Amino acid sequence: MIKPVILWTDALVFLLVAVVLVFMVYARGKPHLRAPWQRVLRGRIAAGSLVVLLAFVAMGMLDSLHFRLPLADSGKGGETHYAVEVLSVLDILVGPLRTQVEKTYSAPFATHLYTRENIEQPDGSLLRDYPRLEYAGRHLADPARERRADILKRGATAIVQTVPAVALLLLAVAFLLGRRTGRGIRAALRDILQGRTELPWRVILGMLGLLLLLLFLVVHLGSVYHILGTDKVGQDVLYQSLKSIRTGLLIGTLTTLVMLPFAVFLGILAGYARGWIDDVVQYIYTTLNSIPHVLLIAAAILMLQVYIANHPDMFETTVERADIRLLFLCIILGITSWTGLCRLLRGESLKLREAEYIQAAMAFGVSHGRIITRHLLPNVMHVVLITVVLDFSGLVLAEAVLSYVGVGVDPTTNSWGNMINGARLEMAREPVVWWSLLSAFLFMFTLVLAANLFSDAVRDAFDPRLRER
Amino acid sequence: MFAYLVRRVTYAVPILIGINLLTFYLFFVVNSPDDMARLHLGMKRVTPEAIEKWKAGHGYDKPLFLNATESGVGQVTDTIFFEKSVRLFAFDFGSSDDGRDIGFDIHQRMLPSLAIAIPSLLIGLLVNISFALLMAFFRGTYVDVSGVVLCVVLMSISAMFYIIGGQYLLAKLLRLVPISGFESGLDALKFIVLPVVIGVVSGIGSGSRWYRTFFLEEAGKDYVRTARAKGLAESLVMFRHILRNALIPIVTGVVVVLPLLFMGSLLLESFFAIPGLGSYTIDAINNQDFAIVRAMVFLGSVLYIIGLILVDITYTLVDPRVRLA
Repeated sequence: MIKPVILWTDALVFLLVAVVLVFMVYARGKPHLRAPWQRVLRGRIAAGSLVVLLAFVAMGMLDSLHFRLPLADSGKGGETHYAVEVLSVLDILVGPLRTQVEKTYSAPFATHLYTRENIEQPDGSLLRDYPRLEYAGRHLADPARERRADILKRGATAIVQTVPAVALLLLAVAFLLGRRTGRGIRAALRDILQGRTELPWRVILGMLGLLLLLLFLVVHLGSVYHILGTDKVGQDVLYQSLKSIRTGLLIGTLTTLVMLPFAVFLGILAGYARGWIDDVVQYIYTTLNSIPHVLLIAAAILMLQVYIANHPDMFETTVERADIRLLFLCIILGITSWTGLCRLLRGESLKLREAEYIQAAMAFGVSHGRIITRHLLPNVMHVVLITVVLDFSGLVLAEAVLSYVGVGVDPTTNSWGNMINGARLEMAREPVVWWSLLSAFLFMFTLVLAANLFSDAVRDAFDPRLRER
Repeated sequence: MFAYLVRRVTYAVPILIGINLLTFYLFFVVNSPDDMARLHLGMKRVTPEAIEKWKAGHGYDKPLFLNATESGVGQVTDTIFFEKSVRLFAFDFGSSDDGRDIGFDIHQRMLPSLAIAIPSLLIGLLVNISFALLMAFFRGTYVDVSGVVLCVVLMSISAMFYIIGGQYLLAKLLRLVPISGFESGLDALKFIVLPVVIGVVSGIGSGSRWYRTFFLEEAGKDYVRTARAKGLAESLVMFRHILRNALIPIVTGVVVVLPLLFMGSLLLESFFAIPGLGSYTIDAINNQDFAIVRAMVFLGSVLYIIGLILVDITYTLVDPRVRLA
């Protein structure tokens, strides 16, 4: 039996997903909550970027189900022993990407190492040449001649497999749409292809097709080549990039989750209560805001390092130690970033408490707690939502910078920041090792761009000031 | 005006005290000086004597708040809190872990930091305003839409990639400028060009998109409609009416970061090996030199508060409707 491992961040991720799901179910029945979201999804760009974001989230979720495998020789003495290595479902799914570790650098789609080595010839003499890789391209007898044809053939297979998959999806959507509108599947199909549906299904299916194509390409090519090369210790760069998704998403979302209660509570309280409470809250956030954020984070992380180093017995595995550091990073990032939202909410509540409906509620003798939860909170939620969505991409980018400064996630954690940090020195090598950097760039850029585009759509749909125009 | 300034400055005092207490708590209470000594001396097999010696050498061997062995004022002054925290208020930063005077180092490193930061700010401002103005002038057309898309794309690229890419392309492949380093005097120019260019380019995305919203906000106002109704040319409306009024939020946004320019840019300076305060901070973090980090935290906070006060003053200068009470 496997032994499930629930890390702190895993628990919080699933809590967050549960909250989002509950909210979705709740909002379904409320037209005023549903309307802005429908407006978001009707935009082509927003719908497309949401598909990409959801793909990233799916990866992150798969990577958040952790467990430890039992050791092969255990179970005899009645007690099973477990491997020290903590794996996730994603690790199992990507299989060969994780296990096929080469000796050192190799370029994307390479069949030979990137550095020369002494190879022993059958006759006993030594030859200095680029040795074949241990895993990649092993099925080729003569890589120099066959490699290109093999890559093309596998790529073509992937494309050929994507087409029916996308067609099937298209038919399924058309069938459902046709049944709902009652106009039949042919009319629905035509609408989708001409982009006349209410939700931009053409874009959504197009993005899904693109993602499926990438998936098939990875399945067919990834098992026999290192699509994005290998790094210094021979690990597949694609695998690292995929593992980094979880870290990026966690930093972007958990930070918000951590800061939200403080910001909302204190902000509304300050604006609603005014007087000395307002002064105290303002003092707290001005003080925290005055400290340069990087330095505050650095100070806190340095202190955490000292603490972890002095209490090694508290953490069973290195993964757990890295996880605590990740969680702590989220918390400290949250502490530095809640001030902006708090100030916004204070201003908004100051304004709202003078509104007629709240004055009326006060005159009726409605209790303060009730006014805040029933009247104030729902009316500042759009500010919260917009801030949360807008902050996400900034936090993902911040992770890379913090890792470079040396106060980011644990060096053993896979993250784009750590990848960039490692690849930075490789740019000075001759010849240049560029693929680690390129992969980190591609993954990060895709996530951040999708998040930016999506958050713009959310802001446009929710901000009442923008809607009037 | 003067009375207002005095009040603002007095208001800054409790904030600085708060920052001071917070950093003191982080650096000395969460982890005791013993922990720090152990970290520096290596975790295993450290003798208690070595720890005591390290602490004495760095002045961490005193009690935290109250020294019972001393008498009179010494009870308060001969403590870690007074020696390490209260003295910051007099800008006495003490010495770093390797025994250098932090105050002297900061003085030395300010100029290189400014040499990068000021040109980046000014050129960046010029570029961003021009670009934003262009987008606002063609608002609603393809120029505007593609401009905004370009901004979002530029925003989505991490600053690290701008730096690494720029270094690789301009310095390594094209060999236009040296990859990194710094010299004093006029020779510094060739070392400054690349960091400044990268600093400007990496800021274009978010900067011009932000400024564009200011311009659009002004463009929707009544006085602009009046100006157009009078028959003014669109370019005249743009430059004489919209630009001038949109400059108010832009200028105040710049003023608040002016003092922080002294702190330098962490990334640019450390990638280009510029001996400024940014790289000083990064080195301190990497060497776990807590004395320097503490000093920089305090310095940064003071500069930020000065920035806030400057913003208030600027408001009255650029917008005559605002009166400070």
